[in-house]
Amino acid sequence: MIEIKDVEHVAKLARLELSEEEKVKFSKQLGDILKYVEQMNEVDTTGVEPMNHAMEFFNVMREDIVKYDNTREELMANAPDVESDYFKVPKIN
Amino acid sequence: MSLEDMKEKYEMVIGLEVHAQLKTNTKIFAPDGAEFGREPNTQTSAITLGMPGVLPVLNKEAVRMGILTGLALNSQIPNRCKFDRKQYFYPDLPKGYQISQFDEPICVGGWVQISNKKIGITRAHLEEDAGKLVHAGAAGLYGSSYSLVDLNRAGTPLLEIVSEPDMRSSDEAREYVEQLRNILRYIGVCDGNLEEGSMRADANVSVRIKGQKEFGTRAEIKNVNSFRALQRAIEYEFVRQTEILEEGGEVVQETRLWDDNSGTTSSMRGKEDAHDYRYFPEPDLMPLEISREWIEEIKKSMPELPGQKIERYMGLGLSEYDANVLVNQMDTALFFDEALKLGVNPKVASNFLSGEIAAYLKEEKTAINDTKLSVQNFAKLLKLLDKGTISNNIAKQLVVEILKTGEDAAELVEKKGLSVVSDTSALEEVARKIIEANPEQVAAYKGGRDKLFGFFVGQAMKETKGRANPKLLNEIIKKELEK
Amino acid sequence: MELLKKTAAEQRKALLSKEISAVELVSETFKQIENLDEKIGAYNSLTREQAIETARKVDEKIAKGEQLPPMAGIPLALKDNMNMIGSKTTASSKILENFVSPYDATVTKKLKENLVPIVGKANLDEFAMGSSNENSAFKIVRNPHNLNKVPGGSSGGSAASVAAYEATVSLGSDTGGSIRLPASFCGINGFKPTYGRVSRYGLIAFASSLDQIGPFGRSVEDIANLYMAIAGWDEKDSTSLKLEVDNVTKTLKDGVGGLKIGVIKELLGEGVNDDVRKSIENAIETYEKLGATIKEISLPLLKYSIGIYYIVATAEASSNLARYDGVKYGYRTKDAQNLLEMYTKTRAEGFGDEVKRRIMLGTYALSSGYYDAYYKKAQQLRRLVKNDFDKAFDDVDILISPTCPTTAFDIGSRNEDPLAMYLTDIATISANLIGAPALSTPCGFDSEKMPIGLQIIGKNLDEATILKAAYSLEQELN
Repeated sequence: MIEIKDVEHVAKLARLELSEEEKVKFSKQLGDILKYVEQMNEVDTTGVEPMNHAMEFFNVMREDIVKYDNTREELMANAPDVESDYFKVPKIN
Repeated sequence: MSLEDMKEKYEMVIGLEVHAQLKTNTKIFAPDGAEFGREPNTQTSAITLGMPGVLPVLNKEAVRMGILTGLALNSQIPNRCKFDRKQYFYPDLPKGYQISQFDEPICVGGWVQISNKKIGITRAHLEEDAGKLVHAGAAGLYGSSYSLVDLNRAGTPLLEIVSEPDMRSSDEAREYVEQLRNILRYIGVCDGNLEEGSMRADANVSVRIKGQKEFGTRAEIKNVNSFRALQRAIEYEFVRQTEILEEGGEVVQETRLWDDNSGTTSSMRGKEDAHDYRYFPEPDLMPLEISREWIEEIKKSMPELPGQKIERYMGLGLSEYDANVLVNQMDTALFFDEALKLGVNPKVASNFLSGEIAAYLKEEKTAINDTKLSVQNFAKLLKLLDKGTISNNIAKQLVVEILKTGEDAAELVEKKGLSVVSDTSALEEVARKIIEANPEQVAAYKGGRDKLFGFFVGQAMKETKGRANPKLLNEIIKKELEK
Repeated sequence: MELLKKTAAEQRKALLSKEISAVELVSETFKQIENLDEKIGAYNSLTREQAIETARKVDEKIAKGEQLPPMAGIPLALKDNMNMIGSKTTASSKILENFVSPYDATVTKKLKENLVPIVGKANLDEFAMGSSNENSAFKIVRNPHNLNKVPGGSSGGSAASVAAYEATVSLGSDTGGSIRLPASFCGINGFKPTYGRVSRYGLIAFASSLDQIGPFGRSVEDIANLYMAIAGWDEKDSTSLKLEVDNVTKTLKDGVGGLKIGVIKELLGEGVNDDVRKSIENAIETYEKLGATIKEISLPLLKYSIGIYYIVATAEASSNLARYDGVKYGYRTKDAQNLLEMYTKTRAEGFGDEVKRRIMLGTYALSSGYYDAYYKKAQQLRRLVKNDFDKAFDDVDILISPTCPTTAFDIGSRNEDPLAMYLTDIATISANLIGAPALSTPCGFDSEKMPIGLQIIGKNLDEATILKAAYSLEQELN
């Protein structure tokens, strides 16, 4: 089990509002999954380089050339709330 | 406790984090333009907006500028570096994470020379900037009823330069930022403008009793938008923290916002719990292996650094002060360099640039490259002066006119008849005229008031509209007065 | 109509010989969708105009006798996590329910260049998170072989559309088996190329270091051709491989004589359905008959792959899904008093259960104090798993196993326990962890007439060999 307060902390980090039932449910489910995952500790990984990419290669870069593929209208067409060409959000605190 | 006593007992320890916006054409991970000041949300793309399915691609020029800066700051460029995601939620951060560099930055170590010491640099790393928020319904963030988001700036490349906590006064802090700014400007990577935000400084300030080895708890000060604000904020923090310690309290490690109007810092705590950024390696970008060949190539391309310029100017006979004045105005120093190539006298040129020209630029609120004074014309003017064709006075007048009109110096002298009058008979005539017109002064002078000599010279100069050859005029007036 | 049941290669012959026009073929496909999809649920939306227009262009070129690429005129379903200008791209999530793509994914561009008519956006598990396509926010997908059973996931819609003749071919995405598993359950071919072969630009990201786009088709030749149409380096995807794409269609018919095939011991142990086992053994015998040599290969670290996956994939996913915050696009809650509420309610209301669960798990794994124990550990173990496979590939050319220990299960039967659902992926996950190419090809049916799939895993960049092996088996079994 991970504790309810841990669930609440993680939910806050992830900006997810959870109901009380969900907190209980996730507490159990996440606990079960983590317990399963902890099997990983059976294997000694000291000194092993983590594998962050499936293939390792380097120096993928592009030239500093301006290119626009979309207009502002196209890009803001899906915006939930707009005012004078700005994205509008509710008050921050 | 008085401020004097505080400064007697305590010392301040300052480290600075400077974010420099790199002057690339495009953003660091997207090909939208990175200029300043366009209409809101016109300088964006699906990538910058973090639309579903988009991917970042690294701008090579941002990497080059990062390496160039590291070299200019005497840093090491490690063989390998990579990018990481720094995660938090804020409306100006479209993806909900910032692509940055956590444990393998592009530059490690280094230093910047200020007047009496070297300030160490811990590291410098590349990252993307966030967008801008405008808070409506109030003067700032607090109390606003909604906010508007402009993502033009999102994705602009930043180089975050972190100093060692080596500064011990607000003067040193200021000098460090000034030096850094100059270097960044001279190598062409950043405009270094605190007011406009192309360079931003956050100060980490702590205090400790003099002689104590351990550092005190530090506070991070943000929202410092000018050199003056930087110094004021640091001084304020010193007093605030010292007062806490004197009362037996403990300084809290936190982020504080500087408010220029009230001249105070206030805690940002309660707005947001301590961030857990959950850094992990960016899976959408491959790591970099910086070849030593590329570093050599960049090193060779390095423009002359401000420190090197100052030394060179001093070698040409300028005082350290004059050299510094020139170098602090990059446009002027570069103009000076070009003029030197055309053979001007360094000291004379420096005097003009730091004197009449600087005054003009300040009054007109303009830059030397935006005036009509070309380097060639400037050199011409100085040559005319050097040859004796015009007097210093005339040259000073002309330079201002040329700044405005761009007229050719020689032509202007010709047209206005401003050349130095060295015609002995002409000057004799003027001298006699002045003497005849001022019998009382003549009598007084002959009676022993030697200082009146200057009066006659002045009047004669006026008569010749400043064109008289000073040396010759002096001789002639003396001779005439002796008659 | 009968032509709908043909392979793309056969349909192409019919188009070129003018037996049928491209417009007719597409129209027939839409009729099939109209008749059937209410039951199947394979499509989130249809893109009729675009498809007809493309088909018209194909007919024009045929009339002029111009050359046409292999997949031109072939009706295709595009998994609804791939962007296509003007179409809704929803990832089967409420949070993107009305999102209309302002840009094309690179694969979409390539399909358009190849004159492939995209008939519609295929249903999927929300944000590609699931193994049964029961997690779509809109509707479930049913297995065309048995409507009470799942089609597999997350590309359930892509697989079902092809199996139900509602498309001839389709594109799906595979992060832990999301192409191979539904291919297996629906009795068709599904193929995940080597990581980096196909551009991810425009694919709504789930787990960036694992996601790959790949083809579904009724024949191996079809998936080979479709793969050739979409593979290749893309400057917009920094993880895309700047390597020549071997022409896999040229070697398709080379046969398996002399091929060294490894059978993964751990995936034929307990828990494998008898019918499945029999079917795989039959495939093994067939290969031997065709001249391949068989060897048993043990991959002892395989059992950790699910644990690794559910840390790495969820960690990356938790980060990739942070952008769905109601600010720039997508769903926003109506109830927010302030920014924090806007975030937490938008995401709570917009995301389904499985998505939330994975975001929570991933956030936890990356959070302060847990990074080393979970994320870093998983990535280290991932490298050891890769080493295991590398060693195996020193011995053999390809590895085979059942794609899944079972055939399609009943709808609703694995919903209660997330962990039970996760174990469905035991055979497929490793290929994503190591980036290897892998496919599922039909190799029989169980006693309930549900399809069984054989998984073939190849060395990195060796798509050609696994496709040729699949082709050989296909020819023998038919």
